[in-house]
Amino acid sequence: MLEKRDMLEQQIPLKQQKLIVSHAPFFHSGRSITERSYHAMLAALPALLMGLYHYGMPAVGVVCLSVSTAIIWELVINLVTKRTITIGDGNAAWLGLLFAMLVPATMPWWAVATGTFIVIVIGKQIFGGIGSNAFHPVALALAMMMLSWGSLFDFDAALLNYDLEFATIYPLAATKYFGAVSADSFSLTDLLMGRQLGGTGATFGLGLLIGGIYLMLRGFIRWEISLTFLAGVYLTASVFNLFNPAQFAPPAFHLLTGYTLIGAFFLATEDSSSPVNFVPMLIYGAAGGIMTVLIRNIGAWVDGVILAILVINLISPLLDKIRPQALGKVE
Amino acid sequence: MIKKAFLGLSPSQIHYEILPVHLPETEKIPAPKSITLYHPLIDPYNIPSTLGIGDSVKIGQKLTLYTDERQYVISPISGRISSISPYTGDFGKNFVAITIARDDSEAFDETFRETIQTPSFELLRDYLVGAPGAPPLETLAKSNGNIKTIVIRGLDPDPMVATSQYIAQSRMMDLEKGIHIIKAVTDVQDIVLFTAGETVQGYGHIGARVAGVKTQYPAALPPMVMKDVLGQVLLAGQTCEEQGVCFFSAEAVISIGSAFESGQIPTAKTVTFIKKDGSRKIVETCIGTPIRYILEACGETVNEFDRIILGGPMTGSAIYALDHPVGPDTDAVMVVDRDKAAYASDYPCINCGECIRICPAKIQVNMLVRFLEANQYEEAADSYDLYSCIECGLCSYVCVSKIPIFQYIKLAKYELERAKTSEAANA
Repeated sequence: MLEKRDMLEQQIPLKQQKLIVSHAPFFHSGRSITERSYHAMLAALPALLMGLYHYGMPAVGVVCLSVSTAIIWELVINLVTKRTITIGDGNAAWLGLLFAMLVPATMPWWAVATGTFIVIVIGKQIFGGIGSNAFHPVALALAMMMLSWGSLFDFDAALLNYDLEFATIYPLAATKYFGAVSADSFSLTDLLMGRQLGGTGATFGLGLLIGGIYLMLRGFIRWEISLTFLAGVYLTASVFNLFNPAQFAPPAFHLLTGYTLIGAFFLATEDSSSPVNFVPMLIYGAAGGIMTVLIRNIGAWVDGVILAILVINLISPLLDKIRPQALGKVE
Repeated sequence: MIKKAFLGLSPSQIHYEILPVHLPETEKIPAPKSITLYHPLIDPYNIPSTLGIGDSVKIGQKLTLYTDERQYVISPISGRISSISPYTGDFGKNFVAITIARDDSEAFDETFRETIQTPSFELLRDYLVGAPGAPPLETLAKSNGNIKTIVIRGLDPDPMVATSQYIAQSRMMDLEKGIHIIKAVTDVQDIVLFTAGETVQGYGHIGARVAGVKTQYPAALPPMVMKDVLGQVLLAGQTCEEQGVCFFSAEAVISIGSAFESGQIPTAKTVTFIKKDGSRKIVETCIGTPIRYILEACGETVNEFDRIILGGPMTGSAIYALDHPVGPDTDAVMVVDRDKAAYASDYPCINCGECIRICPAKIQVNMLVRFLEANQYEEAADSYDLYSCIECGLCSYVCVSKIPIFQYIKLAKYELERAKTSEAANA
């Protein structure tokens, strides 16, 4: 016993090592903002690749320009405001990619650069950067672009010169102006497989579903929002369709056209502009779905997703006031 | 213990590691040449000169700086006091570090043995406050009979720590004796022992109610035990003691039991030693042993910028010097490699909702942290349930922005407490 003790004491070096003192907990789940951004991009890839396959090099150009300008705007703002460089978190790249997925493949370069300027600078950074934006930056940018240069978002005109193997007509515009009967010319399989006009990455329903389900299962987006959004679209469209099948397209058509799927999985679920409590998330998602169909069917706009999402973003903080009672709290 | 879930539909879960049925051997670490004891200090600017350098002490001798106060430490070794110096602990708590150099006389102090014929609460309070497991006897004494239930931990609150679990399973005789003495000397008749749900069998004769808790963290934290085992919700801003429940670790109970059995104040502290690779070892060492000595004995090397943590990974506290001694409540010593430790960042909250999903107290952590970051502690307490926090650390564990939420919460509570004290003093 004594020998062991003496041996131990001789081994002890006199040098004092520097230790790091930090606070508990000393472990972390390992999840990070960077991981979220890259997984969102990964989930968006199937839909994006289908878009690139259909629209070719112009679409590739738009995507590249959009992602790179978004990163550049973020860097510029970081430098101008003398803050930490945040382009490494992947959020700017992701927002740029999302913007490119929503616009037509032929969008001129200046419009792409302006769009990403609105996304990053006006949509995100002037609110205080990541986590502080009240609206989804891309939805905000798209709404501003639509109001300013509406013709750029006329998919029929923008993609006029493409010779594709499917009906080169924007489905939502067709039903809006020619009644529900024109929905019959699009089979659901075609819509699901991306054989429809639209934003570069917004038309391949199956790809978006795969991406969305991946994100939901991995917990990168909140499933409550996406599912209630889709349910809201489906139910509201059903009600319209029941009352006037001649004028209003069937619900499945609404689910698979326009920005519905990309909106449900990638726009409505944006972290800082959506609620986090269970009941508020359900209301938020459902409200988005309902608003979407209302705007499409009785509003002036062809697609209502972008505006619907801005509206629900607006009510999100209010909704989050509906919260569970904390442990031991006596009111 | 901590597995990163691939699927994220349900929040990540941390489970308590249950010891195998055949308990591992404890490694007994011999007493080092000198040990350090932290004696609570009432006035940091005035260290009483009751004890002096060179005073000789015996094993089990009570050392006290104040003749009219209750603070004391019990020397676990015989020798001479080699230094007395002030020490400031976490959140500004003041102590005097009394270092004792060991001699080989192994002389025992007999004062305790002579008085144990009639166990009384005062006797416990006079000798066993600093015993291994740190029995909360002062808390019990100050409650004025308000405590109706004593809960004994047979499962450590922090995952990976196995001290209470080990003791509850390996030293049932002493546990039974301790429970018997507690019942005899206090008015508390309702004693509950809780342990991991699956290991609840085998405690039939123990003299206490036995309950099982879930093996998912934070089921063994006091507020969760109160809720799940006692069916009593801890009201926000109150302590368990204010609601009539006092928590003892299993080790505290066996200290009481074995003190009366052997007539000696126990000095051997059982510590879970968690290595860098996550493997664990149960070691027994005397109170006051420097952490450095345990590291050497367990063959663990510490490099620059590693972290040494007293307590477990979720709620422990890091120390800055390897000379820091093992205290009566040091249930675990953990070494975290600098590459594996969690780092905080200055990213803002992105509102991802992970903390909301994992919070066992259903606090609006995303909102709370915004107020805490802006130092608006009162608003945080009034509107965003600061006092409902049970301090499990899970919010920091899952935070994708790596915000030190747990630290913000502890700081806020500390600052509010400080403001309250100074307001009361100036009223």
